[in-house]
Amino acid sequence: MVSYIFRRVLATLPVMAIVALLVFSLLYIAPGDPAAVIAGDQASPADVERIRQSLGLDRPLLVQFGSWVWHILHGDLGTSIFTNLPVTSLIVQRIEPTLSLMTITLVLTILVAVPLGVVAAWKAGSWIDRAIMAFAVSAFSLPVFVVGYVLAYVFALELEWLPVQGYTPLAEGLWPWLENLILPSVALACVYIALIARITRASMLEVLQQDYIRTARAKGLGQRNILFVHALKNAAVPIVTVIGIGVALLIGGAVVTESVFAIPGLGRLTIDAILRRDYPVIQGIVLMFSFLYTLVNLTVDVTYTLIDPRIRY
Amino acid sequence: MTVSTASPMPVPPGLVIAQQLPDLLLPAKVRRGVLGFLRNNPTVAIGGALLLCLVLVGIFAPYLGTVDPTALAPAKRTRPPSADFWFGTDALGRDIYSRVLYGARVSLTVGLSVALLASLAGLTIGLISGFVRWADSIIMRFMDGLMSIPPILLAVALMALTRGSVGNVILAITIAEIPRVSRLVRGVVLSLREQPYVDAAVASGTRTPMIILRHILPNTLAPMLVQATYVCASAMIVESILSFIGAGTPPTIPSWGNIMAEGRALWQVKPFIVFFPAAFLSATVLAVNLVGDGLRDALDPRMAKSL
Amino acid sequence: MALLEVQNLQTHFRTPEGINRAVDGVSFHVDEGETLAIVGESGCGKSVTSMSLMRLIPEPPGKIAGSVRFQGKDLLQLSEQEMRAIRGNDISMIFQEPMTSLNPVLTVGRQIGETLRIHQGYDKQAAEARAIEMLALVGIPEPARRVREYPHQLSGGMRQRVMIAISLACSPKLLIADEPTTALDVTIQAQILQLMLDLKRRVGAAVILITHDLGVVAEIAERVMVMYAGRKVEEAPVAELFRSPRHPYTQGLLGAVPKLGSSLTGAARRLAEIPGQVPSLKQRIEGCAFAGRCALATDLCREVAPGLEEKGPRHVAACHYAPKEVAAA
Repeated sequence: MVSYIFRRVLATLPVMAIVALLVFSLLYIAPGDPAAVIAGDQASPADVERIRQSLGLDRPLLVQFGSWVWHILHGDLGTSIFTNLPVTSLIVQRIEPTLSLMTITLVLTILVAVPLGVVAAWKAGSWIDRAIMAFAVSAFSLPVFVVGYVLAYVFALELEWLPVQGYTPLAEGLWPWLENLILPSVALACVYIALIARITRASMLEVLQQDYIRTARAKGLGQRNILFVHALKNAAVPIVTVIGIGVALLIGGAVVTESVFAIPGLGRLTIDAILRRDYPVIQGIVLMFSFLYTLVNLTVDVTYTLIDPRIRY
Repeated sequence: MTVSTASPMPVPPGLVIAQQLPDLLLPAKVRRGVLGFLRNNPTVAIGGALLLCLVLVGIFAPYLGTVDPTALAPAKRTRPPSADFWFGTDALGRDIYSRVLYGARVSLTVGLSVALLASLAGLTIGLISGFVRWADSIIMRFMDGLMSIPPILLAVALMALTRGSVGNVILAITIAEIPRVSRLVRGVVLSLREQPYVDAAVASGTRTPMIILRHILPNTLAPMLVQATYVCASAMIVESILSFIGAGTPPTIPSWGNIMAEGRALWQVKPFIVFFPAAFLSATVLAVNLVGDGLRDALDPRMAKSL
Repeated sequence: MALLEVQNLQTHFRTPEGINRAVDGVSFHVDEGETLAIVGESGCGKSVTSMSLMRLIPEPPGKIAGSVRFQGKDLLQLSEQEMRAIRGNDISMIFQEPMTSLNPVLTVGRQIGETLRIHQGYDKQAAEARAIEMLALVGIPEPARRVREYPHQLSGGMRQRVMIAISLACSPKLLIADEPTTALDVTIQAQILQLMLDLKRRVGAAVILITHDLGVVAEIAERVMVMYAGRKVEEAPVAELFRSPRHPYTQGLLGAVPKLGSSLTGAARRLAEIPGQVPSLKQRIEGCAFAGRCALATDLCREVAPGLEEKGPRHVAACHYAPKEVAAA
């Protein structure tokens, strides 16, 4: 099993290398002159040239790439054009709110979506199943910020049960921290729950057709036992896979949710950077999230060994 | 249905006749034809009808009681919905109703264009990857890398480097959606290549383009169509998010994301500015998703499980 | 009183193409400790019959009617909960595909011990100990090691032994074996059959054996029931059936020319090809279901469906033309 993990880690490295290459090359494949775009319409030629130099567009491609990778390996993600601060420190400052939001959303999603999917599969064809699937396709279609606004309007403005916006760090107390994160998490979780509920249902349906479930029934086992012990463990691999892939949705949605709820996290940093065309910051965030995402999927790969004894070569 | 004991012949004495037991169930009603298909798959019907309405709204926007969506009238700003302004006015006095209806054009254009372009590009890459073995691992590694970058961030990064325009938005989102389509096509190609009839075609000297045309393409059509609907829905949402955070279509063009972005500052007091475009966007995406789901269920129940 | 008495069992399914009358009026009985074989081509309804006994048929597309008296109680009238207490406990079943009938993510010991824990209140350690005993009983070497292993680490023959172990763990009164050896290698088949024979004697369970292989029937069964198109067409003690099959279908199965009094030598007879196909069960069949393939069919056969008539000692068959046994032939 250790060798399996080792091999998965090894396989991730080329992917990370390609990610780095792609993120780096965005600067070069963008149509037009990125330095001019970043400098803005009011910039003088000197400004544009300054930007070009700071982005390294004046140096040969390979040299630039090599230097860039070298910096990354040392934890230096570049310097913000706008504030002149290191991108790395900007990211570190803002990472807690975003990670908090993503973690709570993830936990919430798994706790809600998996049972929903199991019930839908168990009662396939009935009105419960249809209702759950109708809910899923609707939730999947609502943009995150729409849900966010509706929730904030109803629960924060009208009913005043929860704060409208803002973030309280965990260090200041568990409940204040959670209070601020409930509405944003629910908003962000909607799409994710829909996705996971659907794959859970599909995977469970597939498993419930299998011969070993027939054997389990012939042994007189109870319904809950069959669903959660015999079936779910077998259905888990595709579900966990999609949970991993869905983290990409989480990351994208977090950017927007932070805007709606005024959470000072990486999403806000991104939006500010877009407004100011602060490309190094954007590039740093994209790179960091991509690596994070790759790590999440690596974790998923390792989790397989815990679920399915056949995947242990 | 005749009972099998009815017989014009006289029954010989001593003949033992089987007991005829009654039927336990009534037969199911079978629905055939297009109408039958729609009744069996109500999701496609609803989604398709909704989508059609919205497309028509977008096309015929100028004739549906709208005014110039970019006409500024600062004196009439942020008025709530009324008889004059069915959806109210925004912060610059523009009629929201008109902006929303014209916005349908942008969103639908983006959605359909991305779906089309991503499908074509994905098809090409998938075919190459499936047929040219040495290219396969390189291409797939590349696609893995591309898929590792969260799509919205990829689009954001690209948009940060270019001037905002509908074309660039379409390009940026397309690039993010290509890997999934190419994986799908590659999967179909790889599984079909093992089939005996493809082997036979190769053995009888059929050239690769013919094989692709005759055998591969027809089988990719159904899953690609389903995937394309999901790509379309996803593209519309991504476009609205990009516009919302300021990295999408330029503010001069009314898109649903833009209208919501402009209404963002005032949403606590004037929620209708955000509400109407949100409702239209949600309805459109829902319609496309329903059509996609319905197509998936109808076209191939086997495929339904993998998607 | 017989251990199991089935009367007029019907199992119909609603399909998009019509009503499938998979089992349409089957009656039989099994005494304690007895082995009844049910034979027939695929599609004749033998598997559906066994699944109906255990009420493992999903009831929205299917529907069961009739009566199934097990130890005096009608199983078809029990609640699902009461039925669960019987499955795996008083009545067990083993299936044809050993490769897919075991849960791949649970250990072998866990799967054997489950019935003991649920039906007979064993705790975890006791269940594992008994599982090891059962593994030894079914002839798996190194049972203490195997009990912690997963199904994919065992061969097909061993998996079927595990299935047998699972089915016998709670010492059931009735074991239903649906084509237990069909998916196995010929050499393994013989071993498994021998195992079943031994265990049958040891545990004292009645067995319903479903098979299309008449060789297996000859080795294990005491009585045989032949099914065709959802109905019983012949039933007799084994030796009697082989000696003098009455129904043309049975005679076809045994590969003999249909004529009275022909006797067959040799125990192993494989299913012979009978030209034609089983008629679709989605239409009501007029007359005898076998008429289309029967060399002896007449207009009477096509009009009037024959009922089961006693043709010899404990021997019934459903054919207008199958002669009754003349005494002291």
